Amino acid sequence: MPQLTYLEAIADALRTEMRRDERVFLLGEDIATYGGAFKLTKNFHEEFGRKRVLDCPISESAIVGAAIGAALNGMRPVAEMQFMDFVTCGFNQIVNVAATTAYRWGIGVPIVVRGPSGGGVGANPFHSRNSEAWFAHASGVKVVCPAFPADAKGLMTASIRDNNPVVFYEHKGLYRKIKEEVPEGEYSIPLGKANVVREGKNGTIVAYGSAVHFALAAAEELSKEGASVEVIDIRTLVPFDQETVLASARKTNRVLIAHEASLTAGFGGEIAARIAEHAFEYLDAPIMRVAAYDAPTPFAPTLEKAVLPNAEKVLSAMRKLLTY
Amino acid sequence: MKSKSTAKESTTIPPIKPSKLLTDPQRVEMFRYMLQAREFDLAMQRLNRQGRAFGGVYSQTGNEASSVGSAYALGNKDVLFPMHRNIGGHFVFGQDLNTLMLAFLAREGSLMRGTDGTGHYADIGRRIYGNISHLGAMIPVAAGFVLASKMRGETIVSMTYIGDGGSQTGEFHEGVNFASVQKLPLVLIIENNQYAYSSPNSVEFACEKLSDRALGYGCFGETIDGTDIELVYETCVRAVERARKGEGPSLIETNTMRMRGHAEHDDFSYVPKEQLEYWQKRDPIDRYQSFLLSKKILSADDVTAIRTKLIEEIRAAIDYAIELPFPSAEEGFKNIFVD
Repeated sequence: MPQLTYLEAIADALRTEMRRDERVFLLGEDIATYGGAFKLTKNFHEEFGRKRVLDCPISESAIVGAAIGAALNGMRPVAEMQFMDFVTCGFNQIVNVAATTAYRWGIGVPIVVRGPSGGGVGANPFHSRNSEAWFAHASGVKVVCPAFPADAKGLMTASIRDNNPVVFYEHKGLYRKIKEEVPEGEYSIPLGKANVVREGKNGTIVAYGSAVHFALAAAEELSKEGASVEVIDIRTLVPFDQETVLASARKTNRVLIAHEASLTAGFGGEIAARIAEHAFEYLDAPIMRVAAYDAPTPFAPTLEKAVLPNAEKVLSAMRKLLTY
Repeated sequence: MKSKSTAKESTTIPPIKPSKLLTDPQRVEMFRYMLQAREFDLAMQRLNRQGRAFGGVYSQTGNEASSVGSAYALGNKDVLFPMHRNIGGHFVFGQDLNTLMLAFLAREGSLMRGTDGTGHYADIGRRIYGNISHLGAMIPVAAGFVLASKMRGETIVSMTYIGDGGSQTGEFHEGVNFASVQKLPLVLIIENNQYAYSSPNSVEFACEKLSDRALGYGCFGETIDGTDIELVYETCVRAVERARKGEGPSLIETNTMRMRGHAEHDDFSYVPKEQLEYWQKRDPIDRYQSFLLSKKILSADDVTAIRTKLIEEIRAAIDYAIELPFPSAEEGFKNIFVD
């Protein structure tokens, strides 16, 4: 199997699905000639032509809306948000048109809205946001947040093949940072299946996206101190694999939830509530959360480091949890 | 004709200028659709007053020529994205009274299973894609629909609607610009019925005609009298032809009047009496009826017979639908996602 970066794995999924299914096409800003702001779709237009790699005006509502219309007419569009921050400009189309169509009309809207999210790269409040929880709250949208290259490929394939609207959060900090073996050719991972990425018995960290890497670093450090920590990557917020999380909570009796998005009304609160409702009697300690401070993601490195979670913050919280 | 017609402007009602594109049987058919929309509307108003219709009842009265004349210009593979005052278009696209009445009354087995109402009716099998309450949202969607067919080399046309209020939304701009850049076969009817809820045109926009915006988008634009159904039809036929030839979208502003409130709860006391009187004389159905009678295409007896039959059919649809139960509670938990 080839070693691919997270970015290459996503591009591989798009390319493979576009070769397999001519209904799949891409639309977004600067994606054809320029190859996308992160060069994820570099040279795509040469293989697939400019109709299937469609450069669009800076109009996120039109991009998502046109994707919905094309999906209603038999296509499987993948719309790129140049930065996931700009999904706010297409929010209405996703939550009011795409998310309600199956419920109202009984037909699917097979679109994927994808793009780079997340901070830690010295961007600014408008190029760093983790807004996945907004869509988890929308009812009718699937929400995918991969942490690894192989998962990114498999989940992208599944998202394109899904008959429902999917928002796909790529973490820009992971794009070229991590590399791993990624299966060649068609590779799909079902949406709604969490992955136990590290087994343990003294406590569990439930995470997704960049926070999975913070959790793994913390678990590795804790293993040197004699603690065995389980790490669960939920991979998709909607559908949420409640059973895998509950099974781990029942096994380790201590749960910390980590995500890069801000704390209040973040998806961690939902996970905590599910554990509290269904596994309360198994818990030996309060459920804890590590998340961004409730602030816009700031620009200066000192401020950004202070506001965002990282491996040290997860480690410190986990130490407290294990000794509670 | 200017977009902001007031009682001060022309007092004489211009006669219907016959379109060379229509045959007499087509004229009768269009007249029948307009009457059907009107009588359906009156029936919904009555049901609302009787407390038998719930939710918003949004009158179509005054809009029949715009709705029917535009939809009538489409072919049998084209798609319609109507708004809440376009029931006439549903009839043109073959919708039957029972189906529509079931949906309006949100009964078991209705379109959309009772999950939505208030004029948002879609019927995919009939190529009718309903709107949502967020004005302008369906413009990019209607554009995307024909982007897909254009990619496959098909030449179907998408027609959608917006009002004098909804054309101030960002999605109007994004949708029309996108369709113009891609030269999509989209016809957007801007129904200027003079009021956005209680707000007159002066609150909504500062340009003289909404179709003037076409210049800024690089597409075609035209403002017409929206109470003359033959003019609406002919204008839309030309727009549809341009669309099929790959010449891109058209903005057709039809000047009409919303003859009642935003919905039936609204007494529209903010509308000057003179303005209603001005437009009452231009009632699209009265105008067309006078034309058809004067040209001896229909007799007064014919009109009475058509109207009587429509009223009976609508009454039968109400009797059919109103006896049916509301959807069972479990419908509320279905279809959040499809398989």
